Amino acid sequence: MAEDQPVEFDTQGVKKRFMFVNRRAPYGSIYALEILEMVLISAAFEQHAAIVFIDDGVFQLKKGQDTSALGMKNFSPTYRVVEMEKDDANEDDDIDMVWRIIVEKESLEARGLEADDLLVGVEVMAAEELSALMAAQDVVLSG
Amino acid sequence: MKFGIVVNEGPFTHQASDSAYRFAVAAVEKGHRVIRVFFYYDGVNNGNKLSSPQADDRNLVKLWGELAAEHKVDLVVCVTAALRRGIKEEILADGFRISGLGQLIEMSLAADRTLVFGD
Amino acid sequence: MMLHTVNKSPFERNALESCLRLAASGASVLLIEDGVIAALAGTAAGETIAERRGDLKFYVLGPDIAARGLEDKPLVDGIEIVDYDGFVDLVTEHDAVHAWL
Repeated sequence: MAEDQPVEFDTQGVKKRFMFVNRRAPYGSIYALEILEMVLISAAFEQHAAIVFIDDGVFQLKKGQDTSALGMKNFSPTYRVVEMEKDDANEDDDIDMVWRIIVEKESLEARGLEADDLLVGVEVMAAEELSALMAAQDVVLSG
Repeated sequence: MKFGIVVNEGPFTHQASDSAYRFAVAAVEKGHRVIRVFFYYDGVNNGNKLSSPQADDRNLVKLWGELAAEHKVDLVVCVTAALRRGIKEEILADGFRISGLGQLIEMSLAADRTLVFGD
Repeated sequence: MMLHTVNKSPFERNALESCLRLAASGASVLLIEDGVIAALAGTAAGETIAERRGDLKFYVLGPDIAARGLEDKPLVDGIEIVDYDGFVDLVTEHDAVHAWL
């Protein structure tokens, strides 16, 4: 039988730069939803987070998603919670926690999309700048 | 060095669980520690004790359990992902425990390196 | 420096393409699982690897090459074959790992 005792690590005072990488469209697979759940849970840990949308991942943020004919839950409004979390974190001077929501410019343009098509405010970042940001991360979680 | 591993896919359908397992074995044989393996998305299926592969093939569920026992690797199956996929305590394999998504973040804070194996 | 892993074939998915677009200079790229297909000489993927050979280091996981019966095929220039021990070493030698799925 599995041990019931939770395994504890001492992570007091540890601050890392997390990047959550989204490269898939929503609904065709569950990765978009489950990585979003990961992002929301991570808020409680007060870490730095760059939530990045590349390739088809940009579609996760598309306005006007209507899943009614599919009978699937439209989880896109949850990105607004992420946006609120980002704003709260960035405005709170008492906590050292910076969150960014970033969309790769090349991915957006290749798919005929613009920032206005997206349901939250994002930083549209060119590959070169995003590359430098990626290189600076401590933990990269891909879905 | 302390490693944390995330496994995004179930056994057999994708190579992710095999690759993660082989990496974990190589790491512990070199004297490193794998502090936790977090099973997310379909990865929760690695904790299903009902998995019955063919007799002449590797039994990934058992292999993970044996690695956990021998090298004190904490195998965690994400509760939300598990519920979606019908993985519950009563069918949980030896060596695995079910816990929250926060355990993944905590693992990444405690580990020197975090790796993801998926599709 | 980042260690990038790519586990899908360039003929199946754009993971390698996106990885090579975004990997910063000085990083390493390790091809594993079906991703080892990109290591074969003479394919279009080989050309994208060649374009970045000057500023990225490329590795391929030997056990995955062998499993797919590709040990008798030439690989792109400059790619180093490693086993799982080598994979572990690469992870310790780099600051973090980015899995391109």
